[in-house]
Amino acid sequence: MRHSIFNLVRQAFAGNQGWPRQWRSPAPKRAYDMIVVGAGGHGLATAYYLAAEHGLRNIAVLEKGWLGGGNTGRNTTIIRSNYLWEESQKLYEHAVQLWEDLSQTLNYNVMYSPRGVMMLAHTQHDVQSFQRHIHANRLGGIDNEWLTAEQAQAFCPILNIDPSLRYPVIGAALQRRGGTARHDAVAWGYARAADALGVDIIENCTVTGIDRDASGAVSGVQTSRGAIRAARVGVVAAGHSSVLMGMAGVRMPLESYPLQALVSEPVKPVMPCVVMSNTVHAYMSQSDKGELVIGAGTDAYTSYSQTGGLHIAMHTLDAICELFPVVRRMRMLRNWGGIVDVTPDRSPIIGKTPVPGLFVNCGWGTGGFKATPGSGHVFAHTLATGEPHPINAPFSLDRFRTGRLIDEAAAAAVAH
Amino acid sequence: MIVRQRSGTRLRFSFDGKDYTGVAGDTLASALLANGVHLMGRSFKYHRPRGVLGAGAEEPNALVDVAGPDGRSTPNLRATTVELYDGLRATSQNRYPSLRFDLGAVNGLLSPLLGAGFYYKTFMHPRAAWATLYEPLIRRAAGLGEAPRRPDPDHYAQRYAHCETLVVGAGPAGLLAALTAAQSGERVMVVDEQAVLGGSLLAERRATIAGQPAADWLAATLATLAAMPNVQLLPRTTAFGYYQQNLLGLVERVTDHLAAPDPALPRERLWQVRARDVVLATGAIERPLVFAGNDRPGVMLASAARTYCNRYGVAVGRRVVVFTADDSAYAAALDLQAAGVAVVAIVDLRPDPSGPGVVAARAAGLTVMPGTAVIATTGHWRVTGARLSSNTTLACDALLMGGGWTPSVHLFSQSRGTLRFDAARQIYLPGTPAQRQSSVGGANGVFDLASILAPLAVAGDIPAQGGFLGLVPGSRATGFVDYQNDVKAADILQATQEGFRSIEHVKRYTTTGMATDQGKTSNMNALAIAAAALDLPLPEVGLTSFRTPYTPVTFGSIAGAARGALFDPVRKTPIHPWAEAQGAAFEDVGQWKRAWYFQHIGESMHEAVKRECLTVRRAVGLFDASTLGKIEVVGPDAAEFLNRLYTNSWSKLAVGRCRYGLMLTEAGFVLDDGVVGRLAADRFHVTTTSGGAGRVLAHMEDYLQTEFTDLQVWLTSTTEQWAVIAVQGPRARDLLAPLVEGIDLAAMPHMSVREGRIAGVPTRLFQVSFTGELGYEVNVPAGHALAVWEALWAAGAPYDACAYGTEAMHVLRAEKGYIVVGQETDGTVTPEDLGLGWAVGKAKADFVGKRSLAMMDLQATDRPQLVGLLPAHLPQEGAQIVDRADPPIGSAALGHVTSAYDSATLGRPMALALLAGGRRRMGQTVHITTATGTMPATIVAPVFYDQEGARLDA
Ligand SMILES: Cc1cc2nc3c(=O)[nH]c(=O)nc-3n(C[C@H](O)[C@H](O)[C@H](O)COP(=O)(O)OP(=O)(O)OC[C@H]3O[C@@H](n4cnc5c(N)ncnc54)[C@H](O)[C@@H]3O)c2cc1C
Repeated sequence: MRHSIFNLVRQAFAGNQGWPRQWRSPAPKRAYDMIVVGAGGHGLATAYYLAAEHGLRNIAVLEKGWLGGGNTGRNTTIIRSNYLWEESQKLYEHAVQLWEDLSQTLNYNVMYSPRGVMMLAHTQHDVQSFQRHIHANRLGGIDNEWLTAEQAQAFCPILNIDPSLRYPVIGAALQRRGGTARHDAVAWGYARAADALGVDIIENCTVTGIDRDASGAVSGVQTSRGAIRAARVGVVAAGHSSVLMGMAGVRMPLESYPLQALVSEPVKPVMPCVVMSNTVHAYMSQSDKGELVIGAGTDAYTSYSQTGGLHIAMHTLDAICELFPVVRRMRMLRNWGGIVDVTPDRSPIIGKTPVPGLFVNCGWGTGGFKATPGSGHVFAHTLATGEPHPINAPFSLDRFRTGRLIDEAAAAAVAH
Repeated sequence: MIVRQRSGTRLRFSFDGKDYTGVAGDTLASALLANGVHLMGRSFKYHRPRGVLGAGAEEPNALVDVAGPDGRSTPNLRATTVELYDGLRATSQNRYPSLRFDLGAVNGLLSPLLGAGFYYKTFMHPRAAWATLYEPLIRRAAGLGEAPRRPDPDHYAQRYAHCETLVVGAGPAGLLAALTAAQSGERVMVVDEQAVLGGSLLAERRATIAGQPAADWLAATLATLAAMPNVQLLPRTTAFGYYQQNLLGLVERVTDHLAAPDPALPRERLWQVRARDVVLATGAIERPLVFAGNDRPGVMLASAARTYCNRYGVAVGRRVVVFTADDSAYAAALDLQAAGVAVVAIVDLRPDPSGPGVVAARAAGLTVMPGTAVIATTGHWRVTGARLSSNTTLACDALLMGGGWTPSVHLFSQSRGTLRFDAARQIYLPGTPAQRQSSVGGANGVFDLASILAPLAVAGDIPAQGGFLGLVPGSRATGFVDYQNDVKAADILQATQEGFRSIEHVKRYTTTGMATDQGKTSNMNALAIAAAALDLPLPEVGLTSFRTPYTPVTFGSIAGAARGALFDPVRKTPIHPWAEAQGAAFEDVGQWKRAWYFQHIGESMHEAVKRECLTVRRAVGLFDASTLGKIEVVGPDAAEFLNRLYTNSWSKLAVGRCRYGLMLTEAGFVLDDGVVGRLAADRFHVTTTSGGAGRVLAHMEDYLQTEFTDLQVWLTSTTEQWAVIAVQGPRARDLLAPLVEGIDLAAMPHMSVREGRIAGVPTRLFQVSFTGELGYEVNVPAGHALAVWEALWAAGAPYDACAYGTEAMHVLRAEKGYIVVGQETDGTVTPEDLGLGWAVGKAKADFVGKRSLAMMDLQATDRPQLVGLLPAHLPQEGAQIVDRADPPIGSAALGHVTSAYDSATLGRPMALALLAGGRRRMGQTVHITTATGTMPATIVAPVFYDQEGARLDA
């Protein structure tokens, strides 16, 4: 049943008892043409585009828990494309363009809200770095503009630009098309649309091994629900990617860390946009429900534990309270963590692996939600054709061997 | 209605502008109830009128904003936990124009349209309307209270503590555990979120303990504990988070309950307590029953009504119906009856209830209706009747629910202990702990006082026994599961019908359990309804995770004292006061304040920098370089250690000589640079960039401790010990000579270091230059630095010496093509890119980054290379370089401008840039992007001044 105001009204009269299920809960088949491991946003988007654009229907997404329960359902949903390097700009901008009509494409309101992402400059070094981004973005046709501190405050009235701040706001870079989207809806929208095209999404199905044939090529996977054959497997497992790739004997240049976020109790609208400050470590926006959504940092040590330390939240909130002094009396409602997979150059790995038939899409670290549609789109191309799409070709695993890194962190260290 | 003399000071307060009085010890909720006010809030979505459901931290409905002087306003406070003080002003939230007449209530009429997840199914057309029309409307309708409008004038404190046993919860179980631990001599901390300690005993008027009334036993026990020096009692303190290694986060509310707090006191205090053992005695929370109309004001938890009656002397109604599936509600009925309230009937879902409560109720003449359910209610602002499954309606003005109790396992779960499902009792209990921790009493599913307090004799207690989960049979599914978020049983059914099978999905789709109470009263019912609909055993639907904090914690408490000047330590050099007195402007470099430029009266920044540069080139200037990172590297293997960490070779560096060192990341990119001097065969004075000092030391220690364990080397940060005064310019030697003892300046070559005295103070004197002029860096113990600086300053007067800041330093070094790490480098730049290939010891067996330097792409010849640019005007640092004046969108950049200055020495703008294959393009014209277009520039070598370096050793 299509999602529409018409059906909403019709269902209201029927006591909402006629809504069909949004996706099936199928038992795994013995074999598929292709398997995607990990039903996060990226894995589900991959499956959707495989089905919708490459006509592959005999495919499955295997998920160890519930779909969207990994970082997709834990992140602070900042979307932007004002990255420094051309390769990144093309990748993230591809995603932003897909975001713009994703609700209509999926017939699911993913609430993409281009409310503007503003990054604060506090030091001369920040100014140089942001100017570099702005110049690079303008050349790449991506909106990004410099604001004075006063203009920044006009854009976000609760921002404190008092020059006596320990690290005063001396300007900002604004991407107006940046914003947020509703994370759960992204996972569900892709799941529903993929399922409608015949994709089997199999939850509670942990992949425990990757099978290879005599030639060394992938032949299937072992799972908690039995062995499943497939000649092509795409691993999209975020924080657990190195574990999965290890099953095929591939050692990944990844480190996994807990990254935390928190929300306040809901209040009426006070925060009209997204504000990020990398220098003092604070990221904040307000959800449609009214909660202030705040991104914190990663723990200093690698770990698979989804709880980070209290000191990380402390460090973030002290910065938030300085930048937005009116929120100091507000209260933290929920605090949680997710495991992020970080590459040496802070850019993702999307493409082939040394194992024939095995493909990987990982390394999104602290900032992959924004890329969800674009990542799925180009990875589907890669899986379907066996070769990378021009957009993800530079993001090969091989670059760590050739040295052709795409280091976004180096230039700005802003990765959200 | 007041049932008993409410002693205590009378307190005036207002709610929505209307004045009332309460008594000391009241909460806002108990005081409002005493005044007959039940309507306290509106729900999130349908704006339904709501009264209190509970009497404590679990309250979902009665959320208020409390205003204080000077812009102190706090939204979303539970009226049940707000302590009354004289003059308190509270207002209701999420209603317009008033609590009684709220236009938002129209949503209730539309409720069939606004079912679970409705917003995912509409608002999609036309495309632009989401952001411009629908979303703003939804945002305005959503949210509960209002964020404060003014900065918070209060302050917050933080403390750290250790103890042997930390007891969370001061009910009977917690107090007994505390007493036992304390008597064995341990250091014990007891924390409880309530203003007074005692937990459930505070509302216990029936039971006797060791022959005395429960209240007397409580008073005696508290007195014993309070008198013990090894016991610390912390009321008003919530344990909100359980972290690793038995670290608990507590928040203590210090002044919110005071009418006129001492301004010196913090509003709240955040404790971080590391305990050897933790005892969780957090009790249990009663559940409501889910039936149509279970949310009308006056419908509340039985235990809450009992608390209001026994503890606050307030009856929640005159004619009360009790609807229960659990024995403990009988205690409420009996206590209310004893207080003079008419208990119309006890409606018990169970066909054959038989516990001690039932016996006592019958003996007291109460009507018990077994096997009966309340399936609906009447009333609007207040419940007026309860419709029974037997089709009769009982008139009442309060309806008490006893759905059974849910152990508070929040902290246990946060500690990563595994929960176990008790299928017979339909509750989750603490299973295997993950840390040194135990759960006792209600938190552990033990509800009877006799077991909790054994071996003490307990009599007269009516323990909880029974309970019911899910939708009450015979009721429509319009009953509320999550009150605050307006999630009905029907929403959960709809979610399961739409294929949401995991409880996490049901939770997110319906928002059940996501309100500010985090589902304390709703999670188990939601789980049961979903399990029934999916026809699965309850544990198979999963359990949503318990996230920190247990109850919301003020941002200010978590941020603590880290505000204003204390936000981050300010590091100042010993010479800072002098610079300040001279009117220097400062810039932030990491935590340091560095003198940026010294503006004379009437000068612009530009003029000041120009004057400083010219003075250094013509005569001499003093520069405070104390922020440079310094590391003393000592040990028999010190040279070998540096060999492995730096690209350069150190073995042959003679004692007394210096070398410019380059350090790479494992990926082969420049990490840091600095001059290293050899003081002895086994001792090096290493300098790093100002911003890189910490990073480099950590990098060194990391390798020393994990990779180079064969080396005998010791590292000491000496950044703070040595202050550094750079003396640069053709007259530098003349200036220094009269002050130096024990060093033959004339015999010192460029790039050397000597130890001696300057102005009577021991010094390590380096002859090095970051300006291209003859230069020295005078290292002196920090305590003497200001005196030495002043002596140098005085000595400079005859030469018209100037003090120069970081801006002039940057210009001077750029004119010489000296790089600044972080400006010419960004973590993607190799030594070769910078023209520093000479600093890489090609013959060295290994050094960090060597392997990567050999990678194909790092060897490529079209990599960005450091060049000079002579632009038409001053470009922006960070501007892109392109090969045509009008680059179309999507053009590839050839590189970017890393540094750009208006050079006084050259009399024109100049820039350094990283440009693809730049060294092969000398003399060519490129274009630099500007805010509006581009400007042309000529590519030149990156050394603009004194190419031969003749001035260095002049
Ligand atoms: C706190 C936090 C804040 C963030 N904020 C932002 C932000 O503001 N903006 C932004 O762009 N990005 C942000 N990110 C990053 C972003 O969330 C991720 O990059 C992105 O969601 C990754 O999506 P995914 O689909 O690859 O991963 P996931 O959603 O994590 O999906 C991976 C899936 O793989 C499954 N899986 C793992 N192992 C197995 C196995 N053996 N068998 C089967 N399945 C398996 C997991 O259960 C999981 O569901 C944030 C991340 C966190 C943690």
